[in-house]
Amino acid sequence: MLLNQFLLLAAALFAIGVYGVLARRNGVLVLMSIELILNAVNINLVAFSAVRATVGGEVFALFIIAVAAAEVGVGLAMVLLLYRNRRSIDLTEIDQLRG
Amino acid sequence: MAALQGFDSLTSGDTVVAQNIAFGILAVVMIVAALRMVTTLNVVHAALYLVIVLAGAAGIFILLGAEFVGVTQVLVYIGAIVVLFLFGIMLTRGALGEDEEANIEKRRMAVLVGVLVLVVTGGAVLDSFGDAAVNRAAPSLTAEIGDSIFSQYIVPFEAVSVLLLAALIGAIVIARKD
Repeated sequence: MLLNQFLLLAAALFAIGVYGVLARRNGVLVLMSIELILNAVNINLVAFSAVRATVGGEVFALFIIAVAAAEVGVGLAMVLLLYRNRRSIDLTEIDQLRG
Repeated sequence: MAALQGFDSLTSGDTVVAQNIAFGILAVVMIVAALRMVTTLNVVHAALYLVIVLAGAAGIFILLGAEFVGVTQVLVYIGAIVVLFLFGIMLTRGALGEDEEANIEKRRMAVLVGVLVLVVTGGAVLDSFGDAAVNRAAPSLTAEIGDSIFSQYIVPFEAVSVLLLAALIGAIVIARKD
């Protein structure tokens, strides 16, 4: 197996995640797209770890999984608060700070 | 010698072909599911497509010899995070009637940015790592990962612990009714 094939798969997933973050208006779907991006990074870390035959990359992949769990918890709490206050989770409607 | 060759089977020709086929299937399934996830109008379906992508990533980790990361991926992502997403969808259901006509312009720009990201990162990757090969003779040991977390990476580990505690308190404070 070449290292490139893993890196290209991760790049494709990353690009799809970026598209999701930019194009979707639903707050929950934007959080899901961020998970896609974090997973692409994890694939890169584990692939480099396999090439170098060390466990450093795998350890950092585990850290990223933990950070992703924390991020989803806080992010979904914010989406719920948004829904409770405005009856909508459309991110394009949140523009109170616009000058 | 025969026994030694048996130990070396992970890098022999047949195994490499099988690994490449497995990688191809996983990659195609993951990319199709990811594309469906960001384009589908039904949010529950999007969560289920996310499960497919995450399971594919776990397969990739196991293919790379990182068993512990693969199992953790299944436990934490598919077991916990997706359930969290499904609860989030359930509690905000019907909050958003997708009005797709209104944001065609926005989508076009998003496609442009996504393709640019793919081309630039893909080009840089192809340029930098021409034919570096992944030839792992044996899966990495979970004991080794545990050793290095609790010796070399103890400071980041403690930082992640504090971060998780902060996120726990933060989520409760943000989401509670008062």
